[in-house]
Amino acid sequence: MTQQAPSVTAYPVDPLGSPMWEAHARTLFEDHPVRFEPALKLSMPQIAEDQHRFPVALDARGLGEVKRMVIFADLNPIPLAADYRPLAAAPYLAIRIKLDQRTPVRGAAQLADGSWLVSGAWVDAAGGGCSAPPVSRVRGDWAQHLGEIHGGAWPGDAGATRLRFVIRHPMDTGFVANIPTYNIETLSISSADKVLGTMEIWAAMSEDPAFTLMPMAATGATLSIAAHDTNGRDYTASVTAPAS
Amino acid sequence: MILSRRAVLGGLIASIPATAPAIAMGATFAALNYPITPVAIADGVWMVAGADEPIRRDNGGAIANITIIDTPAGTVLVDSGPSLRYGEALKAAAEQLTGRKVIRVYITHLHPDHAMGLGAFPQEIVAALPGTIADIQRDGQGFSDGMYRLLDDWMRGTDLKLPGLPIRTESESFGGRTLRLMALSGHSSADLAILDEHTGTLIGGDLLFHRRAPATPTADLARWRESLGMLDRLLHKSAVPGHGPFDPSGREAIAQTRDWIDWLDQSLTDAVRSGLDMVEAGEMAIPAPLSVMAAGRYELQRSVSHFYPALEGRLLPRIDKV
Repeated sequence: MTQQAPSVTAYPVDPLGSPMWEAHARTLFEDHPVRFEPALKLSMPQIAEDQHRFPVALDARGLGEVKRMVIFADLNPIPLAADYRPLAAAPYLAIRIKLDQRTPVRGAAQLADGSWLVSGAWVDAAGGGCSAPPVSRVRGDWAQHLGEIHGGAWPGDAGATRLRFVIRHPMDTGFVANIPTYNIETLSISSADKVLGTMEIWAAMSEDPAFTLMPMAATGATLSIAAHDTNGRDYTASVTAPAS
Repeated sequence: MILSRRAVLGGLIASIPATAPAIAMGATFAALNYPITPVAIADGVWMVAGADEPIRRDNGGAIANITIIDTPAGTVLVDSGPSLRYGEALKAAAEQLTGRKVIRVYITHLHPDHAMGLGAFPQEIVAALPGTIADIQRDGQGFSDGMYRLLDDWMRGTDLKLPGLPIRTESESFGGRTLRLMALSGHSSADLAILDEHTGTLIGGDLLFHRRAPATPTADLARWRESLGMLDRLLHKSAVPGHGPFDPSGREAIAQTRDWIDWLDQSLTDAVRSGLDMVEAGEMAIPAPLSVMAAGRYELQRSVSHFYPALEGRLLPRIDKV
């Protein structure tokens, strides 16, 4: 009865009616203004054919300066998949996530004034995306390919380079018996000594996580990728930015 | 808490007016009957058309085509539908149609929209390729779980059952009517195609999709192409595809299936090579001749999920510092 009201303004009513909206909004957006924004483009397939590897693309280009981008699934046991800071990059992020059940999947972008734009949709999915063992664990060859990175760079729009890469990693959630949590937790993209983007990553991201980013890089510049996992292992790769 | 919940439920029921909602509820629960409508396509051959849609609650999973053949020895069925309830309705409709007992049921491949109705028949009359029986043994439980999740009460009573009769011959005769049995693959690891020699009707199973986009969850596109080449060399007169309308020409379904998988193969390769993500690949334009295929966007996005990660592994170079 004497409980203090939280010191925040109310969040807008969730158009998806998710039971977890308030809780996630409070954790992620804190006291910043939040609005649902259809112009923040969150693209996903119409069907979750594989609940272990559901592709999501978040495109905040054309909405002003973007400081942070997050992709999360309300009802996943690990809701947040990626928290990306496009320091010198077009605000575009495409990844693949796990889905543990039917859930809202959302993208959010924080503008320079601190306010958050949010977009999302319900996605139907069979259970177990987070609690089934990764394919490479079942096959037993995960360690042989750990850290292999396949990728490339292509000309992008407006001075950006389209950078795509896939890192071989089991991305263990910790929800499978006798397999502790083991995931890539940070990623950074840089050129020369300038950091172009950084990302925090959780095990809600799919096994062999795949990234599509749009760092600003001059033709011929070397783009360096550096990732770090929860066992302290480092992964590095590099590609040359193509002529646009 | 339980008491109050009961009270609430009681209140709800009590507050329902006696007439109209009762009809609405009746509609909800009594509508779970599969309409089986056989359409004659040749002398003694009928096709029961599946909906050209994804498996959904409103179609009860009845999306695959079923073939009924009336032979002097009894009724032969090709595929059994998605559930026990479907298999039972199919059996009754087919036996009423021909006036003869069902004596053989062929299962063309492992997928649940074709195979999960087989429990309505004695196991010893249900025949499939040995590879199909092994496929169902391996994947059937997963399919069953998925079907129950999507279709709930439609699936009531459906257990995972295996065909009891492995096909080891190239033909079977029923009172003089000979069916040629062709062991092919590509849509799955074992695909059965059947030629009714009396009428020249080819029953292609899911090797053939007609005006409906092919599904690829277990596909090997190169082997599928070979199988289509083999079917194209047959001297058949007409074709029953696994999905989509009957093909009186016998050629259009073969050509459309081949064109779609050729386009899919090339487009996914090009998408990976040009730096597209899976979401973008699933949104690519479907060119005009193929846009006649029902469920095209849906199947393209499924196919992206089936093939893209392996294509990336093969086509994108290693860039890590070794």
